[in-house]
Amino acid sequence: MSILVFSEDKDLAYQLLSKAVELAAKMDIAVYALTSDYPQDYINQGAEKVLVSNLGEFSVEKYKAALLKSIEKSDSDIVLIGSTKQGKEIAARIAAALGVGCMSDCNRINYIDDEIIVEKLTYGGSTIARETSTSNPTIITVLPRSFDKLEPQERTGEIIELSYEAPETKVKVLERREKPKGGQDLDNANIIISAGRGFKKKEDLKLLEELSEALDGAAIGCTRPISADLGWMEEWVGISGKKVKPNLYITCGISGQIQHVAGIRESKIIVSINNDESAGIHGVSDYSIIGDVYEVIPALVKVLKEKT
Amino acid sequence: MRQLVLLKDIPDLTEITIDNERRPKIEGVKTKISDLDKRALEAAIQAKDKVGGEIAVLSMGDEKTKTALLEALAMGADSAYMIIEQMLRGVDANATSIVLEAAVRKIGDYDVVICGEMSLDSLSSQIGPRLAELLDIPQITYVKEFELSEGKVKAVRDLETADMVAEASLPAVITVVREINEPRIPSLMNIMKAKRKPQTIWSLADLGLSSEDIEKISYVKIKDVKAPLVVRKQIKIEADSVEEAAKKLAAAIREEGVL
Repeated sequence: MSILVFSEDKDLAYQLLSKAVELAAKMDIAVYALTSDYPQDYINQGAEKVLVSNLGEFSVEKYKAALLKSIEKSDSDIVLIGSTKQGKEIAARIAAALGVGCMSDCNRINYIDDEIIVEKLTYGGSTIARETSTSNPTIITVLPRSFDKLEPQERTGEIIELSYEAPETKVKVLERREKPKGGQDLDNANIIISAGRGFKKKEDLKLLEELSEALDGAAIGCTRPISADLGWMEEWVGISGKKVKPNLYITCGISGQIQHVAGIRESKIIVSINNDESAGIHGVSDYSIIGDVYEVIPALVKVLKEKT
Repeated sequence: MRQLVLLKDIPDLTEITIDNERRPKIEGVKTKISDLDKRALEAAIQAKDKVGGEIAVLSMGDEKTKTALLEALAMGADSAYMIIEQMLRGVDANATSIVLEAAVRKIGDYDVVICGEMSLDSLSSQIGPRLAELLDIPQITYVKEFELSEGKVKAVRDLETADMVAEASLPAVITVVREINEPRIPSLMNIMKAKRKPQTIWSLADLGLSSEDIEKISYVKIKDVKAPLVVRKQIKIEADSVEEAAKKLAAAIREEGVL
Protein backbone atom coordinates (compact mmCIF):
# COMPACT_ATOMS: atom_id res chain seq x y z
CA MET A 1 0.00 0.00 0.00
CA SER A 2 1.60 3.22 -1.06
CA ILE A 3 1.65 6.38 -3.11
CA LEU A 4 4.35 6.35 -5.78
CA VAL A 5 5.75 9.62 -7.12
CA PHE A 6 7.59 10.14 -10.38
CA SER A 7 8.61 13.07 -12.51
CA GLU A 8 11.69 13.50 -14.67
CA ASP A 9 11.53 17.13 -13.52
CA LYS A 10 13.06 17.05 -10.06
CA ASP A 11 11.37 20.18 -8.75
CA LEU A 12 7.99 18.89 -9.90
CA ALA A 13 8.71 15.53 -8.24
CA TYR A 14 9.29 17.39 -4.94
CA GLN A 15 5.98 19.24 -5.34
CA LEU A 16 4.23 15.88 -5.81
CA LEU A 17 6.06 14.43 -2.81
CA SER A 18 4.66 17.19 -0.64
CA LYS A 19 1.11 16.25 -1.64
CA ALA A 20 1.90 12.53 -1.37
CA VAL A 21 3.07 13.00 2.23
CA GLU A 22 -0.20 14.73 3.12
CA LEU A 23 -2.39 12.10 1.43
CA ALA A 24 -0.37 9.17 2.75
CA ALA A 25 -0.75 10.41 6.32
CA LYS A 26 -4.54 10.46 5.93
CA MET A 27 -4.61 7.08 4.20
CA ASP A 28 -1.99 5.56 6.50
CA ILE A 29 0.17 4.25 3.65
CA ALA A 30 3.80 4.68 2.56
CA VAL A 31 5.35 7.23 0.19
CA TYR A 32 7.65 5.92 -2.55
CA ALA A 33 9.52 7.77 -5.25
CA LEU A 34 11.31 6.60 -8.38
CA THR A 35 14.44 8.43 -9.50
CA SER A 36 17.62 8.03 -11.52
CA ASP A 37 19.77 9.79 -8.97
CA TYR A 38 20.08 11.72 -5.69
CA PRO A 39 17.74 9.42 -3.72
CA GLN A 40 18.65 11.07 -0.42
CA ASP A 41 17.21 14.36 -1.72
CA TYR A 42 13.89 12.61 -2.31
CA ILE A 43 13.96 11.28 1.24
CA ASN A 44 14.68 14.76 2.54
CA GLN A 45 11.67 15.97 0.54
CA GLY A 46 9.33 13.44 2.13
CA ALA A 47 9.77 10.04 0.47
CA GLU A 48 10.06 7.07 2.83
CA LYS A 49 11.41 4.67 0.25
CA VAL A 50 13.19 5.57 -2.94
CA LEU A 51 13.55 3.23 -5.89
CA VAL A 52 16.70 4.03 -7.85
CA SER A 53 17.41 3.06 -11.40
CA ASN A 54 19.49 4.79 -14.01
CA LEU A 55 16.70 5.56 -16.46
CA GLY A 56 18.87 7.44 -18.96
CA GLU A 57 17.55 9.02 -22.16
CA PHE A 58 13.79 9.07 -22.36
CA SER A 59 12.08 6.24 -24.14
CA VAL A 60 8.42 5.39 -23.67
CA GLU A 61 9.07 1.66 -23.56
CA LYS A 62 11.93 1.88 -21.07
CA TYR A 63 10.29 4.38 -18.69
CA LYS A 64 7.07 2.41 -18.84
CA ALA A 65 8.88 -0.77 -17.84
CA ALA A 66 10.60 1.02 -14.94
CA LEU A 67 7.34 2.46 -13.68
CA LEU A 68 5.44 -0.80 -13.97
CA LYS A 69 8.18 -2.49 -11.96
CA SER A 70 8.06 0.32 -9.39
CA ILE A 71 4.29 0.03 -9.04
CA GLU A 72 4.68 -3.67 -8.43
CA LYS A 73 7.52 -3.19 -5.91
CA SER A 74 5.75 -0.47 -3.97
CA ASP A 75 2.31 -2.07 -4.26
CA SER A 76 1.00 1.38 -5.05
CA ASP A 77 -2.62 2.45 -4.82
CA ILE A 78 -1.94 5.85 -6.28
CA VAL A 79 0.72 6.89 -8.76
CA LEU A 80 1.40 10.62 -9.03
CA ILE A 81 3.20 11.63 -12.20
CA GLY A 82 4.31 15.15 -13.13
CA SER A 83 2.20 16.52 -16.00
CA THR A 84 4.92 17.27 -18.49
CA LYS A 85 4.34 16.12 -22.06
CA GLN A 86 6.62 13.17 -21.41
CA GLY A 87 4.95 12.47 -18.07
CA LYS A 88 1.51 12.42 -19.65
CA GLU A 89 2.43 9.95 -22.35
CA ILE A 90 4.05 7.64 -19.82
CA ALA A 91 1.04 7.92 -17.50
CA ALA A 92 -1.37 6.95 -20.27
CA ARG A 93 0.86 4.05 -21.33
CA ILE A 94 1.09 2.53 -17.87
CA ALA A 95 -2.62 3.08 -17.29
CA ALA A 96 -3.35 1.16 -20.50
CA ALA A 97 -0.82 -1.56 -19.67
CA LEU A 98 -2.51 -2.08 -16.30
CA GLY A 99 -6.02 -1.42 -17.62
CA VAL A 100 -6.72 1.20 -14.94
CA GLY A 101 -8.08 4.72 -14.64
CA CYS A 102 -5.95 7.78 -15.16
CA MET A 103 -6.87 11.38 -14.33
CA SER A 104 -4.77 13.94 -16.18
CA ASP A 105 -3.62 17.49 -15.57
CA CYS A 106 -5.01 17.71 -12.06
CA ASN A 107 -4.26 20.72 -9.90
CA ARG A 108 -5.97 19.68 -6.69
CA ILE A 109 -6.09 16.30 -4.97
CA ASN A 110 -7.98 15.54 -1.78
CA TYR A 111 -8.82 12.47 0.25
CA ILE A 112 -12.42 12.72 1.40
CA ASP A 113 -14.57 9.89 2.78
CA ASP A 114 -12.24 7.16 1.55
CA GLU A 115 -12.09 8.63 -1.92
CA ILE A 116 -9.35 10.42 -3.80
CA ILE A 117 -11.01 13.40 -5.48
CA VAL A 118 -9.12 15.48 -8.03
CA GLU A 119 -9.93 18.73 -9.75
CA LYS A 120 -9.07 19.44 -13.35
CA LEU A 121 -10.13 21.76 -16.13
CA THR A 122 -12.61 20.54 -18.74
CA TYR A 123 -14.54 21.96 -21.70
CA GLY A 124 -11.68 23.93 -23.15
CA GLY A 125 -10.78 25.30 -19.72
CA SER A 126 -14.12 26.92 -18.98
CA THR A 127 -15.09 24.50 -16.22
CA ILE A 128 -13.55 22.54 -13.38
CA ALA A 129 -14.50 18.89 -13.00
CA ARG A 130 -14.19 16.98 -9.75
CA GLU A 131 -13.34 13.39 -10.54
CA THR A 132 -12.58 10.17 -8.74
CA SER A 133 -11.41 6.77 -9.91
CA THR A 134 -12.41 3.35 -8.63
CA SER A 135 -9.47 1.41 -10.04
CA ASN A 136 -6.48 0.22 -8.06
CA PRO A 137 -3.99 1.53 -8.73
CA THR A 138 -5.13 4.87 -10.12
CA ILE A 139 -2.75 7.05 -12.07
CA ILE A 140 -2.90 10.84 -11.58
CA THR A 141 -0.89 13.38 -13.53
CA VAL A 142 -0.36 16.67 -11.73
CA LEU A 143 0.25 20.09 -13.26
CA PRO A 144 3.47 21.88 -12.32
CA ARG A 145 3.20 24.30 -9.39
CA SER A 146 -0.08 22.91 -8.12
CA PHE A 147 1.54 22.19 -4.74
CA ASP A 148 4.36 23.77 -2.76
CA LYS A 149 7.27 21.50 -2.06
CA LEU A 150 8.24 20.87 1.57
CA GLU A 151 11.24 22.45 3.23
CA PRO A 152 13.95 19.80 2.87
CA GLN A 153 14.86 18.12 6.16
CA GLU A 154 17.61 15.66 6.99
CA ARG A 155 15.69 12.42 7.24
CA THR A 156 16.34 8.73 7.00
CA GLY A 157 14.63 6.44 4.57
CA GLU A 158 15.20 3.34 2.58
CA ILE A 159 17.01 3.37 -0.77
CA ILE A 160 16.22 0.40 -2.99
CA GLU A 161 18.00 -0.51 -6.23
CA LEU A 162 15.40 -1.17 -8.89
CA SER A 163 16.14 -3.64 -11.62
CA TYR A 164 13.88 -4.23 -14.57
CA GLU A 165 14.01 -5.55 -18.11
CA ALA A 166 14.40 -2.61 -20.49
CA PRO A 167 12.57 -3.47 -23.69
CA GLU A 168 13.70 -2.28 -27.09
CA THR A 169 12.83 1.28 -28.00
CA LYS A 170 10.41 1.55 -30.90
CA VAL A 171 10.97 5.19 -31.73
CA LYS A 172 14.35 6.42 -32.93
CA VAL A 173 15.34 9.98 -32.05
CA LEU A 174 17.13 11.51 -35.04
CA GLU A 175 17.66 15.03 -33.82
CA ARG A 176 16.90 17.32 -30.93
CA ARG A 177 16.67 21.06 -31.63
CA GLU A 178 16.59 23.20 -28.52
CA LYS A 179 14.00 25.96 -28.76
CA PRO A 180 15.35 29.49 -28.47
CA LYS A 181 14.80 30.81 -24.98
CA GLY A 182 12.34 33.68 -25.09
CA GLY A 183 14.03 35.30 -22.12
CA GLN A 184 10.65 35.57 -20.41
CA ASP A 185 10.47 33.51 -17.27
CA LEU A 186 6.69 33.34 -17.07
CA ASP A 187 6.83 30.43 -14.63
CA ASN A 188 8.54 32.31 -11.85
CA ALA A 189 7.67 35.94 -12.53
CA ASN A 190 6.13 38.01 -9.76
CA ILE A 191 4.64 40.39 -12.28
CA ILE A 192 3.51 39.57 -15.80
CA ILE A 193 2.21 42.08 -18.32
CA SER A 194 0.49 40.58 -21.28
CA ALA A 195 -0.49 41.73 -24.75
CA GLY A 196 -3.64 40.96 -26.69
CA ARG A 197 -5.22 41.97 -29.94
CA GLY A 198 -5.47 45.58 -28.75
CA PHE A 199 -1.95 45.98 -30.12
CA LYS A 200 -2.07 46.83 -33.79
CA LYS A 201 1.49 46.02 -34.82
CA LYS A 202 4.50 44.22 -33.50
CA GLU A 203 6.56 47.39 -33.01
CA ASP A 204 3.94 48.64 -30.58
CA LEU A 205 4.92 45.92 -28.12
CA LYS A 206 7.72 48.36 -27.20
CA LEU A 207 5.13 49.93 -24.93
CA LEU A 208 5.17 46.75 -22.87
CA GLU A 209 8.94 46.80 -22.67
CA GLU A 210 8.71 50.30 -21.22
CA LEU A 211 6.06 49.18 -18.75
CA SER A 212 8.17 46.15 -17.85
CA GLU A 213 11.09 48.42 -17.09
CA ALA A 214 8.94 50.67 -14.94
CA LEU A 215 7.89 47.55 -13.02
CA ASP A 216 11.49 46.48 -12.36
CA GLY A 217 11.62 43.93 -15.15
CA ALA A 218 8.19 42.33 -15.25
CA ALA A 219 7.90 39.33 -17.57
CA ILE A 220 6.06 39.93 -20.83
CA GLY A 221 3.47 37.49 -22.07
CA CYS A 222 0.68 37.51 -24.63
CA THR A 223 -2.45 35.74 -25.81
CA ARG A 224 -2.51 32.89 -28.29
CA PRO A 225 -3.36 34.99 -31.38
CA ILE A 226 -0.38 37.28 -30.75
CA SER A 227 1.97 34.30 -30.59
CA ALA A 228 0.53 31.43 -32.61
CA ASP A 229 -1.27 33.43 -35.32
CA LEU A 230 0.84 36.57 -35.63
CA GLY A 231 4.16 35.15 -34.44
CA TRP A 232 5.08 38.31 -32.53
CA MET A 233 6.18 36.42 -29.43
CA GLU A 234 7.44 32.93 -28.60
CA GLU A 235 5.10 31.79 -25.87
CA TRP A 236 1.56 32.60 -24.92
CA VAL A 237 -0.35 32.43 -21.69
CA GLY A 238 -3.49 30.33 -21.58
CA ILE A 239 -4.86 26.85 -21.30
CA SER A 240 -2.96 25.68 -24.40
CA GLY A 241 0.16 27.65 -23.50
CA LYS A 242 1.65 28.68 -20.18
CA LYS A 243 -0.46 28.58 -17.06
CA VAL A 244 0.85 31.30 -14.77
CA LYS A 245 0.40 32.47 -11.21
CA PRO A 246 2.17 35.76 -10.60
CA ASN A 247 1.29 38.20 -7.82
CA LEU A 248 0.24 40.72 -10.41
CA TYR A 249 -1.01 40.05 -13.94
CA ILE A 250 -1.73 43.06 -16.13
CA THR A 251 -3.70 42.41 -19.32
CA CYS A 252 -3.24 45.01 -22.05
CA GLY A 253 -5.72 45.00 -24.88
CA ILE A 254 -6.91 41.48 -24.03
CA SER A 255 -10.60 40.70 -24.53
CA GLY A 256 -10.75 37.78 -22.10
CA GLN A 257 -11.26 34.62 -24.12
CA ILE A 258 -12.00 31.75 -21.77
CA GLN A 259 -8.84 29.90 -22.85
CA HIS A 260 -6.67 32.83 -21.81
CA VAL A 261 -8.53 33.45 -18.56
CA ALA A 262 -8.17 29.78 -17.60
CA GLY A 263 -4.41 30.22 -17.73
CA ILE A 264 -4.26 33.26 -15.42
CA ARG A 265 -6.83 32.22 -12.85
CA GLU A 266 -4.26 31.59 -10.13
CA SER A 267 -2.84 35.12 -10.31
CA LYS A 268 -3.14 37.04 -7.05
CA ILE A 269 -4.24 40.35 -8.56
CA ILE A 270 -5.43 40.84 -12.12
CA VAL A 271 -5.46 44.30 -13.68
CA SER A 272 -6.93 44.97 -17.11
CA ILE A 273 -6.55 47.76 -19.59
CA ASN A 274 -9.03 47.55 -22.44
CA ASN A 275 -11.02 50.23 -24.23
CA ASP A 276 -14.05 48.01 -24.70
CA GLU A 277 -16.22 48.39 -21.62
CA SER A 278 -18.13 45.21 -22.47
CA ALA A 279 -14.99 43.04 -22.83
CA GLY A 280 -15.22 39.89 -20.71
CA ILE A 281 -11.82 40.51 -19.19
CA HIS A 282 -13.18 43.22 -16.86
CA GLY A 283 -15.43 40.66 -15.15
CA VAL A 284 -12.45 38.52 -14.17
CA SER A 285 -10.20 41.39 -13.07
CA ASP A 286 -9.63 43.09 -9.75
CA TYR A 287 -8.98 46.49 -11.29
CA SER A 288 -9.87 47.73 -14.75
CA ILE A 289 -9.17 50.83 -16.71
CA ILE A 290 -11.51 51.33 -19.64
CA GLY A 291 -9.08 52.96 -22.00
CA ASP A 292 -6.79 52.63 -24.94
CA VAL A 293 -3.54 50.77 -24.24
CA TYR A 294 -1.74 53.32 -26.42
CA GLU A 295 -2.69 56.07 -23.96
CA VAL A 296 -2.94 54.24 -20.65
CA ILE A 297 0.38 52.40 -20.74
CA PRO A 298 2.56 55.52 -21.27
CA ALA A 299 0.64 57.27 -18.49
CA LEU A 300 1.12 54.32 -16.18
CA VAL A 301 4.83 54.15 -17.01
CA LYS A 302 5.16 57.81 -16.11
CA VAL A 303 3.35 57.42 -12.78
CA LEU A 304 5.29 54.32 -11.80
CA LYS A 305 8.61 56.00 -12.57
CA GLU A 306 7.74 59.15 -10.62
CA LYS A 307 7.05 57.37 -7.38
CA THR A 308 10.25 55.35 -7.26
CA MET B 1 -0.98 3.96 -47.41
CA ARG B 2 -4.06 3.49 -45.27
CA GLN B 3 -4.53 6.15 -42.63
CA LEU B 4 -7.01 5.82 -39.81
CA VAL B 5 -7.97 9.07 -38.09
CA LEU B 6 -9.66 8.99 -34.68
CA LEU B 7 -12.24 11.70 -34.22
CA LYS B 8 -14.18 12.69 -31.13
CA ASP B 9 -17.27 14.80 -31.42
CA ILE B 10 -17.65 17.10 -28.44
CA PRO B 11 -20.18 19.76 -27.45
CA ASP B 12 -19.56 22.99 -29.35
CA LEU B 13 -17.53 24.87 -26.74
CA THR B 14 -18.77 28.24 -27.92
CA GLU B 15 -22.39 27.20 -27.32
CA ILE B 16 -22.01 26.04 -23.74
CA THR B 17 -23.66 28.41 -21.29
CA ILE B 18 -23.28 28.51 -17.52
CA ASP B 19 -26.38 28.51 -15.30
CA ASN B 20 -26.93 30.27 -11.97
CA GLU B 21 -25.38 27.43 -10.05
CA ARG B 22 -22.25 27.62 -12.22
CA ARG B 23 -23.13 24.40 -14.03
CA PRO B 24 -22.47 24.19 -17.76
CA LYS B 25 -25.51 23.49 -19.90
CA ILE B 26 -24.45 20.70 -22.22
CA GLU B 27 -27.79 19.15 -23.12
CA GLY B 28 -29.14 20.27 -26.45
CA VAL B 29 -25.79 21.69 -27.54
CA LYS B 30 -24.83 20.27 -30.93
CA THR B 31 -21.55 18.42 -31.20
CA LYS B 32 -18.58 19.17 -33.43
CA ILE B 33 -15.35 17.35 -34.15
CA SER B 34 -12.80 18.33 -31.51
CA ASP B 35 -10.43 20.89 -33.02
CA LEU B 36 -7.20 18.92 -32.64
CA ASP B 37 -8.79 15.81 -34.16
CA LYS B 38 -9.87 17.91 -37.12
CA ARG B 39 -6.25 18.98 -37.53
CA ALA B 40 -5.25 15.29 -37.38
CA LEU B 41 -7.62 14.68 -40.30
CA GLU B 42 -6.29 17.69 -42.19
CA ALA B 43 -2.75 16.32 -41.72
CA ALA B 44 -3.88 12.94 -43.06
CA ILE B 45 -5.45 14.59 -46.11
CA GLN B 46 -2.23 16.50 -46.80
CA ALA B 47 -0.20 13.30 -46.39
CA LYS B 48 -2.56 11.45 -48.74
CA ASP B 49 -1.96 14.14 -51.37
CA LYS B 50 1.71 13.17 -51.28
CA VAL B 51 1.72 9.42 -50.81
CA GLY B 52 -1.76 8.41 -51.97
CA GLY B 53 -3.89 5.76 -50.37
CA GLU B 54 -7.04 6.04 -48.34
CA ILE B 55 -8.28 7.74 -45.20
CA ALA B 56 -10.85 6.19 -42.91
CA VAL B 57 -12.12 7.98 -39.83
CA LEU B 58 -13.19 6.20 -36.67
CA SER B 59 -15.32 7.59 -33.89
CA MET B 60 -17.46 6.39 -31.02
CA GLY B 61 -20.44 8.20 -29.63
CA ASP B 62 -24.19 8.52 -29.85
CA GLU B 63 -26.68 9.61 -32.51
CA LYS B 64 -25.18 13.12 -32.61
CA THR B 65 -21.87 11.63 -33.70
CA LYS B 66 -23.34 10.57 -37.05
CA THR B 67 -24.09 14.18 -37.97
CA ALA B 68 -20.77 15.51 -36.65
CA LEU B 69 -18.79 12.95 -38.65
CA LEU B 70 -20.25 14.15 -41.96
CA GLU B 71 -17.90 17.11 -41.72
CA ALA B 72 -14.93 14.70 -41.81
CA LEU B 73 -16.24 13.05 -44.95
CA ALA B 74 -16.81 16.46 -46.48
CA MET B 75 -13.25 17.51 -45.62
CA GLY B 76 -11.81 14.54 -47.49
CA ALA B 77 -11.99 11.31 -45.51
CA ASP B 78 -12.93 8.40 -47.79
CA SER B 79 -15.00 6.41 -45.34
CA ALA B 80 -16.22 6.48 -41.75
CA TYR B 81 -16.58 3.88 -39.02
CA MET B 82 -18.69 4.68 -35.99
CA ILE B 83 -19.49 2.80 -32.83
CA ILE B 84 -22.82 4.18 -31.76
CA GLU B 85 -24.21 3.49 -28.32
CA GLN B 86 -25.79 5.99 -25.96
CA MET B 87 -23.66 4.97 -22.96
CA LEU B 88 -20.41 5.65 -24.82
CA ARG B 89 -20.77 9.42 -24.46
CA GLY B 90 -19.79 9.32 -20.80
CA VAL B 91 -17.15 6.61 -20.46
CA ASP B 92 -13.56 7.20 -19.35
CA ALA B 93 -10.29 6.95 -21.31
CA ASN B 94 -9.69 3.36 -20.24
CA ALA B 95 -13.05 2.18 -21.57
CA THR B 96 -12.79 4.39 -24.66
CA SER B 97 -9.41 3.03 -25.66
CA ILE B 98 -10.58 -0.56 -25.25
CA VAL B 99 -13.61 0.07 -27.49
CA LEU B 100 -11.42 1.84 -30.06
CA GLU B 101 -8.83 -0.94 -29.93
CA ALA B 102 -11.53 -3.49 -30.77
CA ALA B 103 -12.71 -1.32 -33.67
CA VAL B 104 -9.19 -0.75 -35.02
CA ARG B 105 -8.54 -4.48 -34.92
CA LYS B 106 -11.81 -5.16 -36.70
CA ILE B 107 -10.93 -2.63 -39.42
CA GLY B 108 -7.59 -4.43 -39.45
CA ASP B 109 -5.85 -2.94 -42.43
CA TYR B 110 -4.11 0.32 -41.48
CA ASP B 111 -0.61 1.82 -41.59
CA VAL B 112 -1.03 4.73 -39.25
CA VAL B 113 -3.50 5.85 -36.59
CA ILE B 114 -3.68 9.62 -36.13
CA CYS B 115 -5.55 11.73 -33.55
CA GLY B 116 -5.33 15.01 -31.66
CA GLU B 117 -3.04 14.98 -28.63
CA MET B 118 -6.13 15.59 -26.52
CA SER B 119 -9.83 16.24 -26.95
CA LEU B 120 -10.86 19.71 -25.94
CA ASP B 121 -13.71 18.60 -23.67
CA SER B 122 -11.91 16.23 -21.32
CA LEU B 123 -8.37 17.58 -21.91
CA SER B 124 -6.74 14.34 -20.92
CA SER B 125 -4.14 13.37 -23.57
CA GLN B 126 -4.56 9.64 -23.06
CA ILE B 127 -6.18 7.99 -26.07
CA GLY B 128 -3.21 8.02 -28.47
CA PRO B 129 -0.69 6.49 -26.03
CA ARG B 130 -3.28 4.08 -24.63
CA LEU B 131 -4.05 2.76 -28.12
CA ALA B 132 -0.36 2.41 -28.95
CA GLU B 133 0.01 0.31 -25.81
CA LEU B 134 -3.04 -1.85 -26.55
CA LEU B 135 -2.09 -2.34 -30.20
CA ASP B 136 1.58 -2.79 -29.25
CA ILE B 137 2.84 -0.36 -31.90
CA PRO B 138 5.14 2.70 -31.72
CA GLN B 139 3.73 6.08 -30.68
CA ILE B 140 4.95 9.53 -31.64
CA THR B 141 3.13 12.17 -29.62
CA TYR B 142 2.82 15.99 -29.84
CA VAL B 143 3.63 16.03 -33.55
CA LYS B 144 3.65 19.30 -35.47
CA GLU B 145 4.96 17.92 -38.77
CA PHE B 146 5.23 14.42 -40.21
CA GLU B 147 6.13 12.57 -43.36
CA LEU B 148 4.95 9.11 -44.34
CA SER B 149 7.00 6.86 -46.55
CA GLU B 150 7.15 3.14 -47.28
CA GLY B 151 6.86 1.44 -43.90
CA LYS B 152 8.06 4.50 -41.99
CA VAL B 153 7.01 7.75 -40.37
CA LYS B 154 9.33 10.63 -39.61
CA ALA B 155 7.91 13.34 -37.37
CA VAL B 156 8.81 16.55 -35.58
CA ARG B 157 7.61 16.53 -31.98
CA ASP B 158 6.83 19.79 -30.22
CA LEU B 159 8.15 19.35 -26.68
CA GLU B 160 8.48 21.95 -23.92
CA THR B 161 12.03 23.10 -24.51
CA ALA B 162 12.95 21.41 -27.77
CA ASP B 163 11.70 20.09 -31.07
CA MET B 164 12.54 16.44 -31.47
CA VAL B 165 12.80 14.67 -34.81
CA ALA B 166 11.79 11.05 -34.40
CA GLU B 167 11.28 8.07 -36.64
CA ALA B 168 9.29 4.86 -36.25
CA SER B 169 8.24 1.97 -38.38
CA LEU B 170 4.62 1.56 -39.43
CA PRO B 171 2.05 0.87 -38.23
CA ALA B 172 2.30 3.58 -35.61
CA VAL B 173 0.17 6.00 -33.60
CA ILE B 174 0.68 9.73 -34.12
CA THR B 175 -0.89 12.45 -31.97
CA VAL B 176 -0.85 16.02 -33.25
CA VAL B 177 -0.68 19.49 -31.71
CA ARG B 178 -2.54 22.61 -32.79
CA GLU B 179 0.48 24.00 -34.65
CA ILE B 180 0.39 21.26 -37.28
CA ASN B 181 -2.01 23.04 -39.64
CA GLU B 182 -5.20 25.01 -40.16
CA PRO B 183 -7.98 22.58 -41.07
CA ARG B 184 -9.83 23.25 -44.32
CA ILE B 185 -13.44 24.29 -44.49
CA PRO B 186 -15.25 21.91 -46.83
CA SER B 187 -17.01 23.28 -49.91
CA LEU B 188 -20.74 23.04 -50.28
CA MET B 189 -20.23 20.55 -53.10
CA ASN B 190 -18.16 18.29 -50.86
CA ILE B 191 -20.71 18.59 -48.08
CA MET B 192 -23.35 17.30 -50.49
CA LYS B 193 -21.13 14.42 -51.56
CA ALA B 194 -20.22 13.45 -48.00
CA LYS B 195 -23.49 11.68 -47.33
CA ARG B 196 -22.83 9.27 -50.17
CA LYS B 197 -19.44 8.12 -48.86
CA PRO B 198 -19.33 4.70 -47.16
CA GLN B 199 -20.29 4.78 -43.48
CA THR B 200 -20.15 1.72 -41.27
CA ILE B 201 -22.04 1.80 -38.01
CA TRP B 202 -21.30 -0.73 -35.32
CA SER B 203 -22.82 -1.43 -31.94
CA LEU B 204 -20.70 -2.65 -29.04
CA ALA B 205 -22.05 -6.13 -29.71
CA ASP B 206 -20.62 -5.97 -33.25
CA LEU B 207 -17.20 -5.61 -31.61
CA GLY B 208 -17.82 -8.47 -29.22
CA LEU B 209 -18.29 -6.09 -26.31
CA SER B 210 -21.24 -5.25 -24.07
CA SER B 211 -22.30 -2.05 -22.32
CA GLU B 212 -22.09 -3.86 -18.96
CA ASP B 213 -18.46 -4.82 -19.57
CA ILE B 214 -17.57 -1.34 -20.73
CA GLU B 215 -19.35 0.26 -17.79
CA LYS B 216 -17.28 -1.91 -15.43
CA ILE B 217 -13.95 -0.78 -16.84
CA SER B 218 -14.87 2.89 -17.01
CA TYR B 219 -13.20 3.73 -13.70
CA VAL B 220 -13.02 7.49 -13.69
CA LYS B 221 -16.28 9.06 -12.55
CA ILE B 222 -17.11 12.72 -12.78
CA LYS B 223 -18.63 13.95 -9.53
CA ASP B 224 -19.56 17.38 -10.78
CA VAL B 225 -18.55 20.03 -13.29
CA LYS B 226 -18.73 23.71 -12.47
CA ALA B 227 -17.48 26.98 -13.82
CA PRO B 228 -14.94 28.42 -11.41
CA LEU B 229 -16.16 30.90 -8.89
CA VAL B 230 -14.94 34.34 -9.87
CA VAL B 231 -13.77 36.07 -6.74
CA ARG B 232 -12.27 39.14 -8.30
CA LYS B 233 -12.91 42.64 -7.03
CA GLN B 234 -14.06 43.91 -10.43
CA ILE B 235 -13.29 47.52 -9.57
CA LYS B 236 -13.54 49.88 -12.52
CA ILE B 237 -11.21 52.81 -12.09
CA GLU B 238 -13.16 56.01 -12.72
CA ALA B 239 -11.20 59.10 -13.64
CA ASP B 240 -11.48 62.26 -15.71
CA SER B 241 -8.18 61.76 -17.49
CA VAL B 242 -5.85 58.95 -18.45
CA GLU B 243 -3.22 60.40 -16.10
CA GLU B 244 -5.57 60.33 -13.16
CA ALA B 245 -6.64 56.76 -13.99
CA ALA B 246 -2.99 55.70 -14.14
CA LYS B 247 -2.34 57.34 -10.76
CA LYS B 248 -5.30 55.63 -9.15
CA LEU B 249 -4.30 52.27 -10.58
CA ALA B 250 -0.72 52.63 -9.39
CA ALA B 251 -1.97 53.53 -5.93
CA ALA B 252 -4.34 50.56 -5.88
CA ILE B 253 -1.71 47.99 -6.82
CA ARG B 254 0.76 49.47 -4.34
CA GLU B 255 -1.92 49.15 -1.69
CA GLU B 256 -2.35 45.47 -2.62
CA GLY B 257 1.35 44.94 -1.98
CA VAL B 258 1.98 43.27 -5.32
CA LEU B 259 4.55 45.67 -6.72
